[in-house]
Amino acid sequence: MQYLLLIYGEEAKEPQPDSPEFGPWMARWAAVSETFEKDGVLVGGQALMPIATATSVKLRDGKTETMDGPFAETKEQLGGYYLLDCPDLDSAVKYAAMLPVAEYGTIEVRPIMTFD
Amino acid sequence: MNPPRSEIAALMRSDWGRLLSVLICDLRDFDLAEDCLSEAFSRALIHWDKGLPRNPQGWLIQTARRRAIDRIRHIKTRDAKLPDLTLLLDQDAEGMVHDIPDERLRLIFTACHPALDEKSRIALTLRTLCGLTTGEIARAFLDKEATMGQRLSRAKTKISAAGIPYKVPEPEDWEDRLQSVLSVIYLIFNEGYSASSGDAQIRHDLCEEAIFLARQLDNLRPNVPEIMGLLALMLLGHARSPARLGTDGASIPLSDQDRSLWSKKLSVEGINIIQSALRLGRPGPFQLQAAISAIHTEAPSFADTNWTEITLIYTRLMEIAPSKVVELNRAVAISFAASPEHGFRALPQDMDHYQSYHAARADILRRMDCTDDAHTAYDRAIEMTINTADRQFLIARKTSL
Repeated sequence: MQYLLLIYGEEAKEPQPDSPEFGPWMARWAAVSETFEKDGVLVGGQALMPIATATSVKLRDGKTETMDGPFAETKEQLGGYYLLDCPDLDSAVKYAAMLPVAEYGTIEVRPIMTFD
Repeated sequence: MNPPRSEIAALMRSDWGRLLSVLICDLRDFDLAEDCLSEAFSRALIHWDKGLPRNPQGWLIQTARRRAIDRIRHIKTRDAKLPDLTLLLDQDAEGMVHDIPDERLRLIFTACHPALDEKSRIALTLRTLCGLTTGEIARAFLDKEATMGQRLSRAKTKISAAGIPYKVPEPEDWEDRLQSVLSVIYLIFNEGYSASSGDAQIRHDLCEEAIFLARQLDNLRPNVPEIMGLLALMLLGHARSPARLGTDGASIPLSDQDRSLWSKKLSVEGINIIQSALRLGRPGPFQLQAAISAIHTEAPSFADTNWTEITLIYTRLMEIAPSKVVELNRAVAISFAASPEHGFRALPQDMDHYQSYHAARADILRRMDCTDDAHTAYDRAIEMTINTADRQFLIARKTSL
């Protein structure tokens, strides 16, 4: 079964690229990705640019409305995702808990819908 | 006259969970398994009018499986996903009851999976393992039947759509997951025990369902100290049921209960179980609470209770599972072991919104002869009490000041 791991964290709490913590932080992500790959569960995954770059779009009465900012202004924001292929939810939860953001943010685990 | 009817009801009571656990294993579908097992029982009512077959469980499993095959054949799209059930029919000829496996452990761990919300875990456990109907569960939890039905159906959908596995957890997850199962069982028990409102009889049944579940768990996985601790705790509590309500319907606190009304049978069983559990040398929160309950059970009277030992156990409980409620109970124990003044000083902070805090505080103040303060504390406690029996008791205490 495929699961999307939606990574919700607080940008302010994350190490900045010029800080000494940044290197080790990135190394942890790399290690996790490697584990996913080694276990044969990794389908894909990306980090997102900060929410300051987000644009929200909707179509109303045939007119495209764009808005600066994310879908909802909340403390924790979507910062990236992994797409994993796991045998069951227990396994997906185990991998979600390995993500560094799980320590202070939240990982939402969602099964991918299949059409058959 | 229809003699097997009561036997069928008894069979449903004792074997529903076990038969369902096997069917879910075959079918990988909670709803389908439940429907087919219900139908098998309905058919039994018709077919067994001359008496039970040689192997009733085998008959029920076979009938349910045949129903499932018929249904699946109707739903062609599902064919690909489902196992070849015709194999199952040959495998399990009637008369081989000992070959019906027992998958109840998988079932209870799935029903109590932490990815389901707490109320759904409780409802699903009562439905699948205890065989309570949706209507019965709704009445016990003061919900509308339709609401409860939706809750159950959402939970079952989540199990299959989110891929919650139908399995006993891996050893590294076992402790955490067992906690989830034990807390569901204890919540069921407490719902019945404290009878916050609603139909008293159904609530009383919930205590028995919880004990039934803990017994099953203890049989399936013997010698797990916390399972034994929970079972003992509930047996010892349930033993006091006959003494817990007065003829006027007011609750009677432990201090005033007629101890001769306590069930000897349940008490003895509870004490034996907790003693065996403690001998395993891995104390946990349920075992310690059961140990405290056992001290009460063994005490000849409330005054002659070993409060010093109870205080010590609460102190230990604070170390391994600290909570405001444990701290409060420890303060009450100290108020009897040492003095009400000592107990008063041990009362926890920040428990202003707990009814039990105000009730305990009122009682300690009463025993300290601080009548005015006790009065105010009783008022707070009464104001926060929903349960009629407890209200009546507190009002009587306040009046007697």
